[in-house]
Amino acid sequence: MKKEIVRSLKMLLLMTILTGIIYPLFITAIGQIFFSDKANGSLYIKDGKVRGSFLLGQNFTDSTYFHSRPSAINYNPIPSGASNLGLTSKLLHEQFNERKSNFLLTNGLDPAKEVSAEMLFASASGVDPHISKQAAYLQVFRIAKARSLNKIQTNKIYKIVDSLTEYPQFGFLGNEAVNVLKLNIKLDLLTAKKRDKK
Amino acid sequence: MDYLLDFIQFSLFLAVLISLSVLLGNFFYNGLNGEKNVLSFFLSKTEKFIYSLLKVDANHEMSWKRYASALLVSNIIGILVLLVMQLTQIYLPLNPQHLPNVEFFLALNTAISFVTNTNWQSYSGEVTLSNFVQMLGLAVQNFISPAVGIAVLLAVVRGIARRKESTIGNYWVDLTRSILYVLLPLSIIVAVLLVSQGVVQSFDSNVAAITIQGETQTIPLGPAASQIAIKQLGTNGGGFFGVNSAFPFENSSPLSNFIQVLSILLIPGALVFTFGRMLGSKKHAWALFGVMLLMFICGVVISYWSEVSSSSTFAANQLMEGKETRFGIFNSVLWSTATTAASNGSVNSMHSSLSPIAGLIVLLNMHLGEIIFGGVGSGLYGMFLFILITVFIAGLMVGRTPEYFGKKIESYEIKWAMIGILLPSIAMLTLTAVGATTQTGLSSSLNKGPHGLSEILYAFSSGAANNGSAFAGLSTNTNFYNIFIGLAMLIGRYGVILPVLAIAGNLVKKNISPVTTGTFATDNLLFAFLLFSIIMIVGALNFFPVLSLGPILEHFLMQYRINF
Repeated sequence: MKKEIVRSLKMLLLMTILTGIIYPLFITAIGQIFFSDKANGSLYIKDGKVRGSFLLGQNFTDSTYFHSRPSAINYNPIPSGASNLGLTSKLLHEQFNERKSNFLLTNGLDPAKEVSAEMLFASASGVDPHISKQAAYLQVFRIAKARSLNKIQTNKIYKIVDSLTEYPQFGFLGNEAVNVLKLNIKLDLLTAKKRDKK
Repeated sequence: MDYLLDFIQFSLFLAVLISLSVLLGNFFYNGLNGEKNVLSFFLSKTEKFIYSLLKVDANHEMSWKRYASALLVSNIIGILVLLVMQLTQIYLPLNPQHLPNVEFFLALNTAISFVTNTNWQSYSGEVTLSNFVQMLGLAVQNFISPAVGIAVLLAVVRGIARRKESTIGNYWVDLTRSILYVLLPLSIIVAVLLVSQGVVQSFDSNVAAITIQGETQTIPLGPAASQIAIKQLGTNGGGFFGVNSAFPFENSSPLSNFIQVLSILLIPGALVFTFGRMLGSKKHAWALFGVMLLMFICGVVISYWSEVSSSSTFAANQLMEGKETRFGIFNSVLWSTATTAASNGSVNSMHSSLSPIAGLIVLLNMHLGEIIFGGVGSGLYGMFLFILITVFIAGLMVGRTPEYFGKKIESYEIKWAMIGILLPSIAMLTLTAVGATTQTGLSSSLNKGPHGLSEILYAFSSGAANNGSAFAGLSTNTNFYNIFIGLAMLIGRYGVILPVLAIAGNLVKKNISPVTTGTFATDNLLFAFLLFSIIMIVGALNFFPVLSLGPILEHFLMQYRINF
């Protein structure tokens, strides 16, 4: 028995060194050398300041921006979380109806219009960076109006949405998804160019 | 919904799973039996060094009782060390967020959880545990606990294959080889692939960002990829971040999702072929793999159908509550089925928000004992118990002494097999009953109505099945749940391991009787069909009553739009 206790402690120590120290350090070294941007959180840095991560959604409420999905944690991921409501939850049904009418109202849409499901349900992570292409299209009219854009510029926004559709990966993996942060960065660039011309 | 796309993804997944399982099954055979393989050049010296340090003679084998006691001692030490680490984390290094010491019962629950390969988490990683505990405590157990599973499986195979002997292998040798030749090399490959997809791997502390709209957002970082690789491969499931593989830093893209969900089933799948080769019957391996694959496909298809058909409950085209846009419905139910078929327990969608019948599938997967591929090692030794019952019942039907690979299956084996199958079930059902009838148990649930019962049932099922996923609406960080789920995890782990080892120890002593025309074949379709039926009957008899009060009732209430 005593022998096995000593062996257990030694084994634990050995494995702590091998799998607890050497292994993660080795992976960190590879990550930092070959994928340093990704290993460090795919950060969006502008003028030397961290403005977010391309992988984490942000809370957009301004009418000049594309809005992200509903979040149970208001996009602050310390800690991350979801609603965990079941489908027979009254609260979930209330939230759903409220989000639907809000979305239709803010975007000036016909009440009979079908809204993509991800805009009506809270995400799993609370920081889902994506929405579907249709959900982005539905917001273009409102954004164009808020930014007082003309027809050509509005069409450009549709093109931006198309070009930023990241998934399905390789054409068949995952669901169609557009990155909201990337969309809004492009939007700001578009308007910045407009200002320069003036 | 793009059904064609989902069909393509599913076919691709199955094709990759099957071919890699066959390939790796052969590779594992060499590594685990100490034969020369592609890695021995790098690792044989490390292996010998470990034996010399532990003062282990690789050729000296153990009886089942010594094997079991070595296993228990090492596991108890593992729990104690992990407990102490958490209770003192503020005094230890690598705690940049200055997180305080963990409260006792939570620490105990977490320690049991990681040593038993459950990885149930009553806490949220970002705000409770220091990098020190996560890396040097939890991550290490993520390697050791699946290795224990493989070790027990190897002991079982020796029990079946050897004739009139008394030993079933050396625990320390089995443990070492499982880590060196199976878990570590695959983890390195998977971790690098994950980093390339955007899964974080850094020792920096959290970054404070000012968002585009000028709000503050804290971006949590950490050495995640290395831990996530072994979390998936070792069917551990404990996440680096609170919402596990739904969090974009933990599972960033559809490709990272594909790799991770594949990693869940890869080693358990491959071990079926290792098992077959060690017993000298490829056809038996295919029969077992076929039964597992069939049950897995049924689970995915039923869950998918449930999600699609339940969407009419809401005026929406699909049910996206608790799901991520990049994964969509199909990848969410593929994961939920895989993670509970194996004893993984990681999630990429919130199981509590799944439609009731998809929720039933994940519960049932755990209730059957996680033998559909199952946990690393534990899936197959759990399946072994069902094989014994099947062979026994088939023997009764034709009136012959049941045999498995020439070994007579007698009352000793059947007694222990029944104990191994029933103990976890009893723990699940009894503790759920306690939770559902006491104020302390009920006060933790978030959802009302049948879903509230499902939450409690899920918690104890997940514990006793060593799964670790949750209907996370239930607030389980209370003394009641921390203590009783801790108990469920211990029963579910050692209440199966000990019977299995006892059977192996008894089988190894027996003679191997020659195959005759009257021998019941265990490598054909009839056997596969019987095995499938026995699993379903046992599972249904044990759990149909409680499932009908939970998800089945909820499904019908949902049809009538009755909400709580």
